[in-house]
Amino acid sequence: MVERRLEENAQPETLSGEWRSLVNDWSADREAFPKVSWNKTMMWIFLLSDVFVFTLLLVGYMAVRLTTQEAWPDTGEVFALTIMGHDFPLLLIAIMTFILITSSGTMAMAVNFGYRRNRKMAALFLLFTVLLGASFVGMQAYEWTDLIQKGVRPWENPMGAPQFGAVFFMITGFHGLHVSIGVIYLLTVAIKVLKGDYDRRGNYEPVEVAGLYWHFVDLVWVFIFAFFYLL
Amino acid sequence: MAETQGQQHPIGLYLQVWGWLFVLSFFSYLVDYNEVEGFLRWFLVILFMMLKAWLIIAVFMHMQWERASLRYAVFAPPIVLLILIFFLVAEGGYISLLRSLYFGQ
Repeated sequence: MVERRLEENAQPETLSGEWRSLVNDWSADREAFPKVSWNKTMMWIFLLSDVFVFTLLLVGYMAVRLTTQEAWPDTGEVFALTIMGHDFPLLLIAIMTFILITSSGTMAMAVNFGYRRNRKMAALFLLFTVLLGASFVGMQAYEWTDLIQKGVRPWENPMGAPQFGAVFFMITGFHGLHVSIGVIYLLTVAIKVLKGDYDRRGNYEPVEVAGLYWHFVDLVWVFIFAFFYLL
Repeated sequence: MAETQGQQHPIGLYLQVWGWLFVLSFFSYLVDYNEVEGFLRWFLVILFMMLKAWLIIAVFMHMQWERASLRYAVFAPPIVLLILIFFLVAEGGYISLLRSLYFGQ
C-alpha cells in the first residue's frame, strides 16, 4: 500500500517543468490559464479562430491552384514596378512587407514603453503604427486599382487562370480588412493612452492585447507573402 | 483579476528581432529577384517564412514567456489543419489528373 502510494506520487515527478505546469493547470479543476488575464486569453482564442479562417482561405487557394488547367500568372511580373527604366519584380509587395514589419516593430516598442509607464512614447509609437498601417492599406488600394484596370475580376483574369482573380481579391481583401480594423482599434487605444486611462487603471495590458492583434495581422501577411506572392 | 506585472523585456531584444525580420524579408525578396526556381525556391521561401513567423510569435507576441497551458491551447488545435492540407493535396492531384485526361490540355 505504502509502496503503491509512493509510486503514484512519484509519477508526476518524472514530468519536467513545462509539462508539469501544463498538466497541473489543465487538471486542477479551476481556471485553465491562471495568471493570464481574461483580456489576453480571449484575444488569443479569437486569434486562434482567425488562424483557422486564414488557413482555410490559403488551403482553398492551394486547392484551386493545384487543379486549374490554365496557366497561373507570374506574380513577379504582375506586381512589378518600373523605376528609372528598370523593372523590379514584386517591388510594390516587398515595400508593403517592409512597411508591415516596421509597424510590427513600432507596435512592440509601444507595448514596451507602455509597461515602462512612459505614456507619451507609448502613444507616439502607437500613432506611428497607425500611420504605417494606414499607408499599407493605401498601397493595397493602389494594387487593387491597378489589377482592376488590367481587367482582373473575381471571376475572370486576362493573364490566365480565372481563379487568380478570386483568390487575389478574397485573400488580400480579407487581410486588408483586418489591417483596416487594426488601424481603427490601435487609434482608439492610442487615444486612451494619451488620455491617461491606463495610468489611472495602473495597467497597460490593453496595449499589449492590441499588440497581439497587430502582430497577428503581420504574421498572416508573412504567410500570404510567401504562398501567394513568392511561390 | 490578479495584479499583472506585464511583459518587460529589454528594448535591444525587440530591435534585434526587428532587424532579423528585415533581413529575412530581404532574403525572400532576393529569392524572387534572382529567379531561383524549383525545390530550392520552395525550401528557401518556406524556411524564411517559418523563421519570421517564429520570431513574431515568440518575441513580439511574447509567447515564449507565456504559461504552458496557454501555449498548448493555441498551438495544438492548428495541427488538424495539416491533415486538411494533406487531404487536399492528395485530392488536388487526383482532380488535376482527371481534368487533364477528360478536358485534355
